[in-house]
Amino acid sequence: MNAANPTLGDPHVWLKRQSRWSPFEILFWLAALLPFFLFPTYLTLASQVAIVALFAISVDLVLGYAGIVTLGHAMFFGLGAYAAGIISVHGWGEPLTGLIFAGAFAGLIGFIVSFLIVRVQHLALIMVTLGLGFLTLELANSMSWLTGGADGLRGISTWPIFNQFRFDLWGYTAYSYSLIALFVGFLISRRIVHSSFGLSLRGIRENVTRMPAIGSDYKFHLRKIYTISAAMAGVAGALLTQTTNTVALDSLSFQRSADVVVMLILGGTGRLYGAILGAIIFLIARDQLSGVNPQYWYFWIGVLLMIVVLFMPKGILGFLARIAGRRD
Amino acid sequence: MINQIVIVLFDGFAFGMLLFVLSVGLSVTLGLMNFINLAHGAFGMLGGYIAVLTMRQLGLPFLLALPAAFLAAALVSVVFERTLFRRLYKAGELNQVLFTIGMVFVAAALATYFFGTVQQVIPLPSWLRGSVEFAGMRFGVYRIFIIVVALAVTAILVFGLERTRLGAQIRASVDNQRVAQGLGMNVERTFAITFALGSGLAGLGGALAIEIVGLDPSFGFHFLVYVLIVVSVGGLGSITGSFVGAALLGIGDVAGKYFVPEIGSFLIYLLLVAILLVRPRGIFGKR
Amino acid sequence: MAGQDFVLTTQALKKSFGKLEVARDISLSLPRGCRYALIGPNGAGKTTLINLVNGQLKPDSGRILLEGEDITRLLPADRVRRGLTRTFQINQLFPDLTPIESVTLAVTERDGTAGQFWRSLHSHTEAIDEAFAILQQLGLADVATRLTRTLAYGQQRLLEIALALATRPKVLLLDEPAAGVPKDESAALFEVIAALPADISVLFIEHDMDIVFRFASRIIVLVAGGVLVEDTPDEVRNDPRVREVYLGQAAHHG
Repeated sequence: MNAANPTLGDPHVWLKRQSRWSPFEILFWLAALLPFFLFPTYLTLASQVAIVALFAISVDLVLGYAGIVTLGHAMFFGLGAYAAGIISVHGWGEPLTGLIFAGAFAGLIGFIVSFLIVRVQHLALIMVTLGLGFLTLELANSMSWLTGGADGLRGISTWPIFNQFRFDLWGYTAYSYSLIALFVGFLISRRIVHSSFGLSLRGIRENVTRMPAIGSDYKFHLRKIYTISAAMAGVAGALLTQTTNTVALDSLSFQRSADVVVMLILGGTGRLYGAILGAIIFLIARDQLSGVNPQYWYFWIGVLLMIVVLFMPKGILGFLARIAGRRD
Repeated sequence: MINQIVIVLFDGFAFGMLLFVLSVGLSVTLGLMNFINLAHGAFGMLGGYIAVLTMRQLGLPFLLALPAAFLAAALVSVVFERTLFRRLYKAGELNQVLFTIGMVFVAAALATYFFGTVQQVIPLPSWLRGSVEFAGMRFGVYRIFIIVVALAVTAILVFGLERTRLGAQIRASVDNQRVAQGLGMNVERTFAITFALGSGLAGLGGALAIEIVGLDPSFGFHFLVYVLIVVSVGGLGSITGSFVGAALLGIGDVAGKYFVPEIGSFLIYLLLVAILLVRPRGIFGKR
Repeated sequence: MAGQDFVLTTQALKKSFGKLEVARDISLSLPRGCRYALIGPNGAGKTTLINLVNGQLKPDSGRILLEGEDITRLLPADRVRRGLTRTFQINQLFPDLTPIESVTLAVTERDGTAGQFWRSLHSHTEAIDEAFAILQQLGLADVATRLTRTLAYGQQRLLEIALALATRPKVLLLDEPAAGVPKDESAALFEVIAALPADISVLFIEHDMDIVFRFASRIIVLVAGGVLVEDTPDEVRNDPRVREVYLGQAAHHG
């Protein structure tokens, strides 16, 4: 089209290249299979990492791509976790339908909440997400007839997947199941990010005041991504319930909301692999360090956060990308 | 029944006044600099531990430990403001939130390292202990003391903001930073002083709080939520707003836990969300 | 309205902030394809008028009609979708998007495909073609795939207009399109504006009188929130009131 400038080329080609699979990505997903062979004793941890990575991706969609600062996303994780647990306790332990039910339930609540979220900005937004998170936690705590309250929900049993693959003690099934769920969630998110809808979200993040001036009903976009994200977080919560057969109030805690934001910052917001990398670093480091000295775990997290904010505003992945000289 | 209500109102108001001293500084600095400082509660914790240390190690009386707590928190905060926070004023709210949350993590770990996880206690002078009886009800002397201190702080703040040069500069800067700068005001210095005063008040609040709610390394986190509720509900940069917000939250919290213990906290958060949806800038928020 | 084809009409728009009247009884009519200039001393309320017309501010009273339809109560985004678009005096761009991404975004927002999260962006070939054509039209094709924040300032000003064109406006309100652009470049920028499709009605704010007299078919002079004169460049040039109030003041500034 623009033959005069050979370095530019066709904008279609350029845009297509932005969403092409890179060899690193294929390598990454192949490497995700390594724990089966190299670290079979750590499959339970690997399963947790996959679940939390899915949760982190769901938060990245709203925080990293759409720019909604949320400190209460554990409410959707927890709602999904409890939804899966409660139907299991009441006699339906089929995992896949449980996952879908939990995702739909969390997504429905997310849809309702999204109308509140788009009304507020800045500190009020942070406080509303925080408040809703605590609200859900308190609600689950006081509805102990349904949730088991502070003791957690007892008597969850998850049936074998397709009546074939039973959840084993070593975590083979758990990791396979969580990894596939993470991969599917990742594919969906990747498609969203590289769609015209994803472009609108980036537009909102880059300059929300311009959006109405190009005729965008950006609040509609925000409600949509918030709902999708809530459903995905709910699926992650349900995975945790099904692979561990437990669910307790900590699935709804502020700690979980804050941890996931920390992971995103470590990995880098607005990039799906940042969310996954952040989850891997965070959980493995915690697993390794907590044995040594649990109470100082957060000391190092705090120091790391401060360093990242001051010196690596785009997270560790963004920092590496800048060193490697790639566009981010 | 009436007696119960009066006592709950009294205890709640005292708790609210404690929250006011802890949070009013954050309200002013947020209104002034738009800097979301989640480490504000950590300065409160610092004040608390300073009070414990000065009383235990130096043998200072309680009434001298309070200004020591104020000074220590003010000094430490101004060092942080000049070296670190100022780099973040234009950095976006997410970075501010994360950086200061990181500081709370570090502060909690340091407190654990130096003081352990035990609840700290301080010996109150005898004249602050016990209670006085009035109309058949017993009012805690220490709670009366807190209310007196908080009212004095309010009076000083209102007077200072309305009548002093620094107060006028702060008000001008809150209203319009660029204009204030254009008028040749040293906005940076105003920032630093305000920040020190606000954090100092948090330190004072932390010292006052030991007797009521205890002091352990989770203080920074625990009170962060209360402080943020006061600030966001009251409205940024508004002393009246912080006062009303703190009083409401204190009374609501104590009354909720007393009358409907199962759903007391639930109601607080419900109210928080509801108020912010109707008035995103807080009850007394201007902008 | 029947006789002439007015695209945009304001009827007695009023707005005050406290005691300060920033718009008093503003009644204007823009015919189809016009090139009108809005001038006036600083603080005359020019940007305020644009904010009123595009819906960022709500008038205290008065009406705004777009092709005969009352749009006074519509949100800014709804007005854009009906063909009333503005640009900004201070760049409102997407710094970390490329021009091709930014304009494609605006095109998909207009044609209603922006919410399609199941289709990849590069499959919107028509939208991309349209976006690239706009960039070519404004001479931005060479930098279409560079990050916006790395563009030269003059190019960013053009992108500001490109985004507006992607909404397929019937009326285009340009708030100082050449703000901050060196004088020799601003004439080139106005050549681009003059060459816009003939069916777009343009109202632009501009301080440089040479440019105004060269590119405007009619000039609206705003003083203290009210319309002082609305006439052809020649009439405005010779109007003693304008001389006194505006040109005289501009001369003092200069």
